[in-house]
Amino acid sequence: MRQKEWKLIITFHTTSDAIAFEKACKETGRSGRMIPVPRELSAGCGLAWCTVPADRADMETFLKECSIECEDMAELLY
Amino acid sequence: MGIYMDNAATTMQKPDCVIDAVVNAMRHMGNSGRGAHEASLDASRLIYETREMLSELFNLGDPRQVAFTLNSTEALNTAILGLFDPGDHIISTVMEHNSVLRPLYRLEEKGCQVSFVPCDEKGRLRTDLLESFLKENTKALVCTHASNLTGNANDLMYLGRFCKDHGLLFVVDASQTAGVLPIDMQAMNIDVVCFTGHKGLYGPQGTGGICVRPGITVRPLKSGGSGIHTYLKEHPHEMPTALEAGTLNGHGVAGLHAALGFLKETGTDTIHKKEIGLMRRFLDGIKDIPGLKLYGDFSTDQRAAVVALNLGTYDSSEVSDELSFEYGISTRPGAHCAPLMHQSMGTVDQGMVRFSFSWFNTEEEIDAAVKALKELAE
Repeated sequence: MRQKEWKLIITFHTTSDAIAFEKACKETGRSGRMIPVPRELSAGCGLAWCTVPADRADMETFLKECSIECEDMAELLY
Repeated sequence: MGIYMDNAATTMQKPDCVIDAVVNAMRHMGNSGRGAHEASLDASRLIYETREMLSELFNLGDPRQVAFTLNSTEALNTAILGLFDPGDHIISTVMEHNSVLRPLYRLEEKGCQVSFVPCDEKGRLRTDLLESFLKENTKALVCTHASNLTGNANDLMYLGRFCKDHGLLFVVDASQTAGVLPIDMQAMNIDVVCFTGHKGLYGPQGTGGICVRPGITVRPLKSGGSGIHTYLKEHPHEMPTALEAGTLNGHGVAGLHAALGFLKETGTDTIHKKEIGLMRRFLDGIKDIPGLKLYGDFSTDQRAAVVALNLGTYDSSEVSDELSFEYGISTRPGAHCAPLMHQSMGTVDQGMVRFSFSWFNTEEEIDAAVKALKELAE
């Protein structure tokens, strides 16, 4: 297994929200990728956006710009 | 292959890009929202993009308010059974298909009241009577955009304004018009549009959807796998997941995605003009046939390219069978799942022979159908 690093993980209410956010991030050249929701955040399944912790402020603003409400945003070793 | 003129049932001939997209999806597509691997993500991306295209087509304003269904029937059941409570009164019309009527009859059994606005002798909705159907407990107008029998279209702008003025929900069955006539949910004040993918949108069967204006809550018809919140006992409430339980028809949606691309590239207006041109050529060709009975209003092009007719007192099934067996022309006879419309037009016993045209019909096919009808009428 790879060495874990601190990441900023954002979870969403629906798959559509997650995909809409991924699309918006890609269109605006933001870094990050989709991952399965880590179990620390949710015991269910689903998609999460994974990026570096330094992006937190930008992510918070950008989510509002996209009118997407995230379910959770947390920094984790991933 | 014969001549296919039953496009109001399904547009059998599809653009090649639709077929290719379905085949490609069947080779490469994972299950949308189930896992975060590329095959699943690609499915989710394509499905989301299809929501965006549909949201744009109907000017819904939010792709996340488009939920996929198997067809219009599932969408209409979801809307009709998911919006109303016992004691509510709903206005509908005699133009409706059984996919609207039967869910409404189920509501009646649960304590709702339903009224049906009649049509005139040409099958046009008596909008002048709408107000007389209003009651204190009236909650909605549930209405088709165009009759699957006559092709007559209703004026959604007018009906939407009526609903807005009287605080009613406006639910539109766009089975015959999605991709054919303009539908602008915001300008027309429409709360819910139910559509199918396999008719005027030229997509695969097994695709369709329900577009819900933001702020309107529809109770789900089904619950089950959602790909999210696995340990919750309740199905998630957020759209579009709220109305989508179980694996989506991703392969079909891939075809619908390609079909929407085809429509955008070709232009829905261009397609409609061609279909109406074919309809006019057909009408012109048959107008002098002795004993011909035509149903519907052909004074406007704002209609579906459908011609319902009878020859004298011949059973519509016999005429349709002759057309099929002797001439290889596919039409639809009988009652077309539109019982109130046939009652209104006085054709319960005879039925009607319905010709319906698409982008893929040709003038030569129209002329062949005209010739066949003339021979049958001799």
